[in-house]
Amino acid sequence: MTVATSSGPTPAGSRNQVSAWRLLLNNRLAAVGLVLLSLLVLVALLAPLLPLPDPDATAPAERLQPVLSQGHLLGTDQLGRDILSRLTWGSRVSMAVGFAATLVAAAIGSTIGLVSGYAGGRTDNLMMRGVDMLMAFPYILLALAIVAALGPGLMNALYAIAIVNIPFFARNVRGVTLGLSHAEFVDAARLSGKGHLSIITTEVLPNVLPVIVITMSTTAGWMILETAGLSFLGLGAQPPQADLGSMLGEGRAQLFTAPQVSIVPGVMIFLIVISLNVLGDGIRDVLDPRLRSGALLRPGPRTEVHSDRAQPANGFPSAVLNVEGLETGFVRNGHYSSAVKAVSLHLHPGECLGLIGESGSGKSVTALSIMGLVNSPPGVIRNGGIYLHGDDVHSMPDTRLISCRGSRVAYIFQDPLTTLHPMHTIGRQVEEAISAHQRLDRRALQERSVALLERVGIRDARERAKHYPHQLSGGQRQRVGIAMALANDPDVIVADEPTTALDVTVQAQILGLLKELRRERGMALLFITHDFGVVAEICDRVAVMKDGVVVETGPTQELLADPQHDYTKRLIACVPEIGRGSDFLARVRSVFDAGNKP
Amino acid sequence: MTDNAIQVRELTKTFGEGRSFLGRERHVVRAVDGISLALRSGETLAVVGESGSGKSTLARMLVGLEEPTSGEMFIAGRDAAGLRRRGPRAFGKIVQYVFQDPVASLNPRRTIQDILEVPLKLLNGYDAGRRRARMTELLDAVHMPADTLNRYPHEFSGGQAQRIAIARALAAEAQILILDEPVSALDVSVQAQVLLLLQDLKRRFGLSYLLISHDLAVVEAISDRVAVMLLGKVVEEAPVQEVFARPQNAYTRQLIASAPKLRASE
Repeated sequence: MTVATSSGPTPAGSRNQVSAWRLLLNNRLAAVGLVLLSLLVLVALLAPLLPLPDPDATAPAERLQPVLSQGHLLGTDQLGRDILSRLTWGSRVSMAVGFAATLVAAAIGSTIGLVSGYAGGRTDNLMMRGVDMLMAFPYILLALAIVAALGPGLMNALYAIAIVNIPFFARNVRGVTLGLSHAEFVDAARLSGKGHLSIITTEVLPNVLPVIVITMSTTAGWMILETAGLSFLGLGAQPPQADLGSMLGEGRAQLFTAPQVSIVPGVMIFLIVISLNVLGDGIRDVLDPRLRSGALLRPGPRTEVHSDRAQPANGFPSAVLNVEGLETGFVRNGHYSSAVKAVSLHLHPGECLGLIGESGSGKSVTALSIMGLVNSPPGVIRNGGIYLHGDDVHSMPDTRLISCRGSRVAYIFQDPLTTLHPMHTIGRQVEEAISAHQRLDRRALQERSVALLERVGIRDARERAKHYPHQLSGGQRQRVGIAMALANDPDVIVADEPTTALDVTVQAQILGLLKELRRERGMALLFITHDFGVVAEICDRVAVMKDGVVVETGPTQELLADPQHDYTKRLIACVPEIGRGSDFLARVRSVFDAGNKP
Repeated sequence: MTDNAIQVRELTKTFGEGRSFLGRERHVVRAVDGISLALRSGETLAVVGESGSGKSTLARMLVGLEEPTSGEMFIAGRDAAGLRRRGPRAFGKIVQYVFQDPVASLNPRRTIQDILEVPLKLLNGYDAGRRRARMTELLDAVHMPADTLNRYPHEFSGGQAQRIAIARALAAEAQILILDEPVSALDVSVQAQVLLLLQDLKRRFGLSYLLISHDLAVVEAISDRVAVMLLGKVVEEAPVQEVFARPQNAYTRQLIASAPKLRASE
């Protein structure tokens, strides 16, 4: 868990920002949109310089000329005006109004969102209800009403469209700001002496900017469409000024006799809007951190195993679980890098093995590799064999591997609040864990689930089974997690930092429970932690991991009393212990001084 | 009074008071319930407690991020109510805060220079040249290289980020630091180095620390006195050796007994 999230994306972060352009261009559709849009914008900008006839010059003699006629590439309209020229000038107007409306809506909407999200409370309530009122009207109707009140004209159409689109910005920005205004760095800025205005503009705004850009890029197309819509109805551009919407509206009468008069501006609107939309989607994919981290990649049912992995023979046939020469890594941008290398561990029946290491040491990846739970992509098991009762787990077919999960090897994770489903009662979740492997009727399932909850020390289990995870304390939730792991009497339980999120008194209770269960059921326990104190309490043997490699293994008390590897020595020296008092700092100082001048 | 860096009397903070929109009474939570404490200048007072005991609320009140519901606070001999009226800058000059999660406490989109400059400029009013010199000094004090300034927070590990956050707190030149679980998000070896750094800085700059922690071993290593909190109240307060040698309160005894020990059989 720690490895996949912390060591992966962080170092890549700076490169990601630099290559945002490249990422955007990698998205072929977005690149096409960008090229098309740039072309259209370029033509519109260059309109005054192009050798085009006057767009408003009428020539009744040459009216309704077809496409590709002499002197008029796209023909002429009902007043004999050159369509190509009107199209170029019209696109210029439509795009200018659309983009201007986007900017106005973004500026006003984002300001409302920022202030409302930052201030919170009554101000927030008042502003958001105002925005809700804007949203309560169908927006084209609202735009029509605004133009009706202000009078027809391009500028008024621009105002109308901008106002109608304010809510999209306000709501999106407010949501993000609300979260940020309670962020620690905002509190820190306040303590550094910054005032509210300065916090909003220099601390919050830079973090909200991607949201604003995303919203702009996804709504600009709409706004151009709405400009055209208002002009089509005669409320935007006034004759003789050309504008895509008004061209379409005027051409409507000739739809059957001279279809090119309305089709040409129609196609133009289509091209502008479609290029903006595909580009907008591309920009969103690049900027949205959730999408960038691969949240939308759907991992397969099991970790990918490299086709020509080295598979060492099972050296401990009596072990219930034996990991031999495991190497797991991640493929990012086509490059493979290993997270754990040549890790060998074995667990005898009923034994507790501690796997200890600092963040990024690869302990969680090792644990998840056992049952093929590392997400693929990007995870790959490159080498190694994992023997469960002598059978290699990664040679098993999918169905067999999946049936082993939970029934023979079960997992307990760090934060039970994220592993329990918030919308289901805990009783139902335990029942689900049982019914995944056993066919029982409803009654029996319920009885089993209550019995399990009782076993892990939840009082009034029958009543508590009807509760939801948020109604339980952290310790009780972890007990439910343990009950789910026990549901099918597994041979091995892999516990990944199961007590790290808990208070010390609760931690002591949970460790006591795990010890008891291990003795009672004879399960083997692979206990992953960063805490030597916890290891000393519960583990028979310990393996110390550093940078993806096991550096030392041994019986717990021996290893703690007489560590062999330098890294282990230093790590143990850094553990503060009750009863050492301020000697601890003196000891640490000597360790680091010794490390600094070898 | 002047010997005390912080003095609080009968401090209380309740959340959710008043009535809801429909006139129903809201559920009231007393996060901090009538606490009286004193932090003497130059000492480290640890406030120990489990999650929900109100220790973070207490810390946030002490730096003006929360307003107490009732009670008195004196910080460096000055009345906190008066300081609050004068705005956050008045607070920032005499008391600073170090957050639990160092990465979250640094704005991801600003360089370290931007972050460190703010207190130097706004709280101390230094000009550009003096700020530059001071930033180098500060980074040196927390053992970070000078090229740190042009980099962004995500380029640093948790321990390095916490050093930067400590440098920011020092930049304000306040004599009192509130340390809210400053090492609990860090790996043990990094934790030890940061504790060592905090100890050195305290001696060098004559600081007073109020350390919020749930880790008794850390507390024992660096504090002079300990206050144990349970459900918003202080249940025991004594010099550190005494608390660990002869805990008076049943809850304190339970806390000490629950802490995992390296040598289980002793």
